[in-house]
Amino acid sequence: MTVSAAPRRKIRFQIRPIAAICLAVVLFWALVALFAPLLIHYPVGDMVSYDYFGPMSKEYWLGTDYLGRDIYSRLIVGARYTIGIAFIGLILAALIGITLGLLAAAFGGVFDTILSRAIDTFVGIPNLLLALVIVAGGGSSIPILIGAITIIFFPGCYRFTRSMAVNVNALDFIAAARARGEGHFYVMIHEILPNIVGPIMADLGLRFVHIILLLSGLSFLGLGVQPPNADWGAMVRENMIGISYGSPAVVVPSLALASLALAINLLIDNLPQRIRDQME
Amino acid sequence: MNKRILEMIGGRLAVAILSLFLVSLAVFFITELLPGDTAQELLGQAVTTEAAAQLRETLGLDRPAILRYFEWVFGLLTGDLGYSHVSDRPVANLVAERLPNSLTLAAITMAITIPLALGLGIFAAIWKGSIFDRAISSVAIMLVSFPEFMIATLLVMWLSVYMQWLPALSFIAPTADLRTIVLAFIMPVSVLVFGSCSQMIRLSRAAIADAMATPYVEMAMLKGASRSRMVLRHALPNSVAPIVNSVALSMSGLLGGVIIVETVFNYPGLAKLMVDGVTTRDMPLIQTCSMIFCGFYLVLITAADIIAILSNPRLR
Amino acid sequence: MTNIAKKTGDTLVSIEDLRVTATTDSGRKIEILKGINFEVRRGEVLALIGESGSGKTTIALSLLAYARSGCHFSGGRVLLDGVDLISLDEGARQKLRGNKVSYVPQSAAASFNPSKKIMDQVVEVAEIHGILDKTAARTKAIGLFRALSLPSPETIGDRYPHQVSGGQLQRLAAAMALLGDPELVVFDEPTTALDVTTQIEVLKAFKSAILDRGMTGVYVSHDLAVVAQISDRIIVLKDGEIQEAGETEQIVGAPAHPYTQALISAFEPVEAEAAGSRQAAKAVLEMREVVAGYGNVKSDGKPHIIAVDGVSLTLQRGHSLGVIGESGCGKSTLLRVAAGLLPAASGSCILDGKDLRPQVSARSKDELRKMQIVFQLADTALNPAQTVGNIIGRPLTFYHGMKGEARDKRVIELLDMVRMPAQFRHRLPRELSGGQRQRVNLARALAAKPDVLLCDEITSALDTVVAAKVLELLKELQRELHLSYLFVSHDIHTVQSLCDEVMVMFGGRKLETFAAADLHAEARHPYTKLLASSLPTLDPTWLDNLKQDPELVRKFAHA
Repeated sequence: MTVSAAPRRKIRFQIRPIAAICLAVVLFWALVALFAPLLIHYPVGDMVSYDYFGPMSKEYWLGTDYLGRDIYSRLIVGARYTIGIAFIGLILAALIGITLGLLAAAFGGVFDTILSRAIDTFVGIPNLLLALVIVAGGGSSIPILIGAITIIFFPGCYRFTRSMAVNVNALDFIAAARARGEGHFYVMIHEILPNIVGPIMADLGLRFVHIILLLSGLSFLGLGVQPPNADWGAMVRENMIGISYGSPAVVVPSLALASLALAINLLIDNLPQRIRDQME
Repeated sequence: MNKRILEMIGGRLAVAILSLFLVSLAVFFITELLPGDTAQELLGQAVTTEAAAQLRETLGLDRPAILRYFEWVFGLLTGDLGYSHVSDRPVANLVAERLPNSLTLAAITMAITIPLALGLGIFAAIWKGSIFDRAISSVAIMLVSFPEFMIATLLVMWLSVYMQWLPALSFIAPTADLRTIVLAFIMPVSVLVFGSCSQMIRLSRAAIADAMATPYVEMAMLKGASRSRMVLRHALPNSVAPIVNSVALSMSGLLGGVIIVETVFNYPGLAKLMVDGVTTRDMPLIQTCSMIFCGFYLVLITAADIIAILSNPRLR
Repeated sequence: MTNIAKKTGDTLVSIEDLRVTATTDSGRKIEILKGINFEVRRGEVLALIGESGSGKTTIALSLLAYARSGCHFSGGRVLLDGVDLISLDEGARQKLRGNKVSYVPQSAAASFNPSKKIMDQVVEVAEIHGILDKTAARTKAIGLFRALSLPSPETIGDRYPHQVSGGQLQRLAAAMALLGDPELVVFDEPTTALDVTTQIEVLKAFKSAILDRGMTGVYVSHDLAVVAQISDRIIVLKDGEIQEAGETEQIVGAPAHPYTQALISAFEPVEAEAAGSRQAAKAVLEMREVVAGYGNVKSDGKPHIIAVDGVSLTLQRGHSLGVIGESGCGKSTLLRVAAGLLPAASGSCILDGKDLRPQVSARSKDELRKMQIVFQLADTALNPAQTVGNIIGRPLTFYHGMKGEARDKRVIELLDMVRMPAQFRHRLPRELSGGQRQRVNLARALAAKPDVLLCDEITSALDTVVAAKVLELLKELQRELHLSYLFVSHDIHTVQSLCDEVMVMFGGRKLETFAAADLHAEARHPYTKLLASSLPTLDPTWLDNLKQDPELVRKFAHA
């Protein structure tokens, strides 16, 4: 008997145009954050112009801020802070939340009950409030911010993963695996996880939006990324006076943030069809 | 009301109280255990260790944390909300000044948001796929993606600076007339309404859409029911639980919005008080304000859960 | 229906070259109905027979001027009393539904709004179309409840759907359909989800309602025997096309089309070899006084909710023992207890002479290997994210440590054993048909080289023709590999054709065990006799001539 090679699966997706645009926007910002140092025009902290709140021009693509610094460059580096901190926080929250969620669903019983109850208490504290409390206790350094994000968002990842995993757990092929004698870890990783990866990714995307909005809100209040560094929220804060001049300095970072958040939201809403089916 | 319902409600209340207790633990210990010393903060950088130790003893900060925790909880329950060393006044006074302002803002917002969002969500579900539905959904998803401070700053730039229609700050003198008050409130309330509406529209529309996909709604259609009848008489009563849940969730978002709005418009509310407290590391103030906010929030989500329990026909 | 000569009138329904197309998510267009033509005369009941995917439900819904989302009418006409339903706008269609044409759904339990009282939903038709006022509608509804033999007709309407049984809900749905005095009633597989004993009551109620009113009906089903009892004419459908159409007696007595003939032959139970010809063998699996259930264990040692109550059985090597009973009797739970998925509270399970521990985690790998469980719905029994090769290969690696080339070779052998081509091992479960998935299910169980297969309703969800083939396969495998089957099913015909011995369960208890050939013997327990007599035959006069002891029915049926 000849062993035939596995045929190449033709992955057929139906990608709507709007999803393509959103994906492009998300990739754009991701690349900007990644290659920030290569893209800036002027060193980020330098006051390069005498013109405070200067208009958009050929030398200063997006104008200048309240100290005469190039907004374009600060925006690029701000992307690094906003996206970078949020991303690392998301990864940590996801690692903790997803692992715990899978364990709770696979082991069940007392372990699940205690863990779920303990994590449920976090539901009692709204996100921004908890962020404020943590920052009050620990300051606004970047590690603390990342820690705060992790603590605030891992319960959501946990609950989502757990509920998806519990649904899969009730299906017959899990019972078949257990009847075979498979252990909890095998079931968790090889039987349950592959079936929930799609929805979990989408959920992480949505969570990322909440994280960047929370982080920017915190910076806007002066409690996030501290000067002289600035993420997008901090940029809005420091240029608030520019409202009266109608300067782009106030608006540009907000628009950047909004574009990224909107792109991710629309993308998740319009996912290529194949992934969607897995969620049903 | 039968026994089973009472048992479930009782259980839910017990869980709420437990949550409140655990939240108080979390709040207290996060603020006390992380690096940063109140005595140091109060006295400034160039302070001697003896002076700091003296102050700590006076303030009672050198006693074990558990003891201080129980004192604090006891204080909260008996009305002693602590003393703010930064502003040199009892916290209770500060809170009493600001709380009504925040409550007013929140109440006005919810009074507008709930009917508006539910109405739009329901109509969008009735005319699903129509231009109206797509317009509402697009607006909702945009507002959900925009940070509140962006909406606030843009509104201020347009309506205050450019058009000069509305005042940029919402500080209201007690002697102001109604017209001034209303004008001052329009923008902050609008920002809050935009923020909380969008989430609720999406959630209630999704909840109704889920209910519309059930076999019993299809059966109603096969009996000759019109679309509005299907939505209002069949889908809606079965969507009470998720819709109430969406109201609770949007309240949680409202809190975040209030914090931003009070800052942007310099509105003298409790949220702004708390933010100032965080900036100055005024622990007693932070702790008390957190518990007030969390308390309100827990009451809301517990109420939402209880309504969901009551609306479940299988328990009757 | 033959014993009463019916007066049929002019044509009420005329379907001309009806075409319905579905658009899949990827934009592909599939034709569900490929040009259907038939007529229904006033006063007659027409049956639409076909397996899943034949298009029968689509036709039924088109009579209500409705196409499910994703589908649309792509051609032809549906004439009801001369009016083409497809050409009507939505408002006109709404006026018709419930009023001129009404619908009895397949799953009444899902079709009633759980948060409204039954009476409110039944009279809603009158409300929508303004036919009657509230009191008159209520009175009429109660009259209909009485006519359909529902218990407590005056008060049953004040209950909520979850407080009423499945058989009662189905009749309530019929009352709901009749309230508007429609000219045409469409029945969409209304008894498929019911137990056989319940089905009888419901069928009788339908039949008398139809006859009393001289109703015109379209009855959709996949069950020829049920349909033979209730319809005047039958149309056989396959893949969106009509295979054969004719009077009931002709179709069931002398089918002309090969597909119809295949359906009829799959229906008839193939007699198993007489028990005497098989030598008695050693017991490979024994269960003694097994008690199992859910919830905390009470003081008497029994769990709070008892699912299996002191059941004992003996399975001989190389034999098949069928376990039959209706929903809720505990037969599936019994299998799970045997597999260790639900530990027994008391009693013992002995495999090959060795006592098995109740919990699956406490049993040795070898013990687990010898007894494999095969589940009913292959959709949920196979991991959607794994290829067939991995699904079958995992037990090979787990039990026998096989890897790489050796494992792949064995996978191909196993696929061959279940009569499937080798390249299927690269496919995912969603790319297989129901029958193919069930074969993979079997192959996975066989990979372990078991002695006993625990089969949990494995053919219940399959079309009759496909199920017959799977049963054939099971018999061959038993001969080739000397397997023993513990075969749970609610379908007596299936069990009769496969098993040597049959065990009957009710309410968690075992009622009796007997040789399969002795099913209709006099010595049988009354409940077994009731079950056996509740199976519809292809004889159209069967329902009318059926005599069942009402006491027995009341005691055992869930109607």
